[in-house]
Amino acid sequence: MAKRGGGPTSTEIDMTPMIDMTFQLITFFMFVMNFSEAEQDDRIQLPSSQLAKPAEGVIEKPITLQLMNTGDVIYAGERVAVRDIAARLEREKSVMLDEGLEPSAATVIVRADGRAKTGEVQDIIRICQEKGFERFALRAQYDDRR
Amino acid sequence: MARRGSGLVDKVEINMTPMIDVVFQLMSFFMCTLKVVSPEGDFDIRMPIAAAAAALPDEQQVPPVRVRLAAGPGGELASIAMNGTPVADFDELRRRIIGLVGADTGPNSLAEKTEVELDCDYGLGYANVVKAITAVSGRVEDGRIVELIRKIKFTPPKKN
Repeated sequence: MAKRGGGPTSTEIDMTPMIDMTFQLITFFMFVMNFSEAEQDDRIQLPSSQLAKPAEGVIEKPITLQLMNTGDVIYAGERVAVRDIAARLEREKSVMLDEGLEPSAATVIVRADGRAKTGEVQDIIRICQEKGFERFALRAQYDDRR
Repeated sequence: MARRGSGLVDKVEINMTPMIDVVFQLMSFFMCTLKVVSPEGDFDIRMPIAAAAAALPDEQQVPPVRVRLAAGPGGELASIAMNGTPVADFDELRRRIIGLVGADTGPNSLAEKTEVELDCDYGLGYANVVKAITAVSGRVEDGRIVELIRKIKFTPPKKN
């Protein structure tokens, strides 16, 4: 900026507060960023529960099946009908058997929409049972309201 | 920085532009990839297919508590019953469960041995099942979860 009546002078802007703030923002975003590959789909509106506290440990061999309110299942990012998940689970089972693991060692995470029919959830569980899976985790959204 | 052999102090100006560029790019990346994840939890259920057939009469075994959830025409909850007795709502269901198994939830307690069998209509909204599981499996006291019944199973689905 040129001062009136004087020659051009260099004005130095103090960048320190801006850099401080920017680094703090980066730190914040790094902390809140979720690096885990949590399979969460926005199309599913989970039912909420006060007792559905997040698991502390890591679920061994998770298989996530997401049931939409339309009755379709989202499996590995793909939308399939309930009757078609048997073939997918058969593949999961054969992969586990190749690794020397029984299907009972896997946990089937059922992320079902709160508006879905209970019978469809039970159908999914029955298909899983027929393939030898017996551990289920019915997922709900943690509701911290008292 | 003082130059050797001279008493003059020169101000060394660091060019901050590349660093600020990178910092802003990093910030933009984090802002764009940020996905707000709501906390989720699980109700663990162990349900082998042969459980119903393998259930043998056992002196230690407590008869299961049968919770019936009937659906209305739109999938809404029409009625709740516990062992054939009507229940007004899920809070009453929890009170009945506490009345049945008592407050003791430790090892070998009645709450640990008791199993709840959920008998739901096919078209019932799944949110009601989660409410029923919440009612029978515990309660929150002073921010702490007090567990009740952990063994939960479903009756086979019945298509109307």
